Amino acid sequence: MTPPKPPLPNSLKRRPDRPGSQPLTGAPGGNGPNGRNGKAAVALRKQQQREKRKQQLLEIPISVVGWLDERSGVSPFLRAFMFRKTPRGTNWYYTLGSATLFAFLSQAVTGVFLAMYYDPSPSGAYGSIRHIINEVWLGELVRGMHRWGATVMVVLIFVHMGRTFVFGAYKYPRELNWVIGVVLLVLTLAMAFTGYLLPFDQRSFWATVVGVNINASGPIVGPYLADFLRAGPEFTATTLSRFYAIHMLLIPVLIAALIGAHIYLVTKLGTTAPPWLKAEKSRDLAKEEV
Amino acid sequence: MADTPQNPRKKKSPYTLDRGTPGAFEGETVTRRTLMSGGALAAGGIATAAIALPALGFALGPVAEDTIQDNWRDVGPESDFNATTYVPKVITIVPEVGGEVGKTTIYVRKAIAADKSPSDKGAPLPYVAISTRCMHLGCPVRYVQASQRFICPCHGGVYDYEGKVVGGPPVRPLDRFYTKVENGRVLVGKRFSLDSHLRRYKPRDPSNHVDGLWKYLYPSRPTT
Repeated sequence: MTPPKPPLPNSLKRRPDRPGSQPLTGAPGGNGPNGRNGKAAVALRKQQQREKRKQQLLEIPISVVGWLDERSGVSPFLRAFMFRKTPRGTNWYYTLGSATLFAFLSQAVTGVFLAMYYDPSPSGAYGSIRHIINEVWLGELVRGMHRWGATVMVVLIFVHMGRTFVFGAYKYPRELNWVIGVVLLVLTLAMAFTGYLLPFDQRSFWATVVGVNINASGPIVGPYLADFLRAGPEFTATTLSRFYAIHMLLIPVLIAALIGAHIYLVTKLGTTAPPWLKAEKSRDLAKEEV
Repeated sequence: MADTPQNPRKKKSPYTLDRGTPGAFEGETVTRRTLMSGGALAAGGIATAAIALPALGFALGPVAEDTIQDNWRDVGPESDFNATTYVPKVITIVPEVGGEVGKTTIYVRKAIAADKSPSDKGAPLPYVAISTRCMHLGCPVRYVQASQRFICPCHGGVYDYEGKVVGGPPVRPLDRFYTKVENGRVLVGKRFSLDSHLRRYKPRDPSNHVDGLWKYLYPSRPTT
């Protein structure tokens, strides 16, 4: 014979139904197998509660998004931005721009985290990169992503440019987008140039000396440009921090702004069909041309 | 509008009253709305310029200012050097930089009569101190005693014993430094550049010509 169970505290007792709420199925009252507290009735009640909670949980994201949308009115914009019409024949080559964008975002994210450990001083720069590679957990991976990602971004931006050229996607009315793209290319190369100095080993130091002197070889403005890059006639500690500031603050902001303009124009003007697809002429127009 | 001028060449009246602007005053030429929006634009422009111009000047300042001090660096006693070969010495070009970045190697020898520069006005320099900065793109050159040549490892620039170009891409002879002797010690001062006749110029960057018509494309800068 089992001893009687201790009485449940009030907080754990099931509350009586509110008046007017859905009456539970099964016979009212009683502790029989089909009664109010019978096994089947309890299981059904639990099942109903689970369904109700699931519905409530599903409501949360919908109501959050609804709350935001009601106050920002962003959904018509997003619908127009994401569900655009694309021409027939759109293929994998059309993803090169997004790939370049992803490479930029990857550079931005890894760059921000590298900046947490990097020390832009002539005596500390090389050591801090050694520290990132050898001692920081996953440092070699993150630094490797940034270092190789730079190459990937330069390659992708050129392939994207080649695609645009070969497909004739730079023609009217998309010339402005081509111009913005060329500026983005130049800024990306400037990122590669300024980032190359930052490890501050022999290779990056002398490569930057040569690179700055190549700038100096430009007629009239060259010598002044080199002075601007070095912050004076000689390579100093200021040169490194100047390159660092240009690399992580000045150019990324410009690139991000121009990418915004680039994507706005793509959205506005749409993409072009591949050149091997002939335009579908209406029968009347075709007749008129003959 | 009814008051659109029929003849486009006919000049519009300067008075707002004549142009039929609503709320115009007698003798008024600029409406209050134009004045206010102009004033708001001007205030915004002044506020922007007040931030942007100092920031720009801050970034561009080093282009216009001479930051290289006229300091003399001791490279050793006179007995260290002779007139027949170069002795490498390390000097600090930019003192405020720690580590190796501010340092550079120079090659020093005693000057002989043939070293008198055509632009020497007073006494010629007692020592020849040659900079190792290659005049192609700034790599460090190395003196090879066997061939009596300065050779650049980057792009194959070759200079003779005096530092004049004998091969490769460099555009002018190797830079030198001013030298003087005090109490038996050799002191090395500021850098100067040379043209192909070893005449002195204010220091230029590598790759900048100082000969012929080319030199007009590479002006002297305020920083040196």
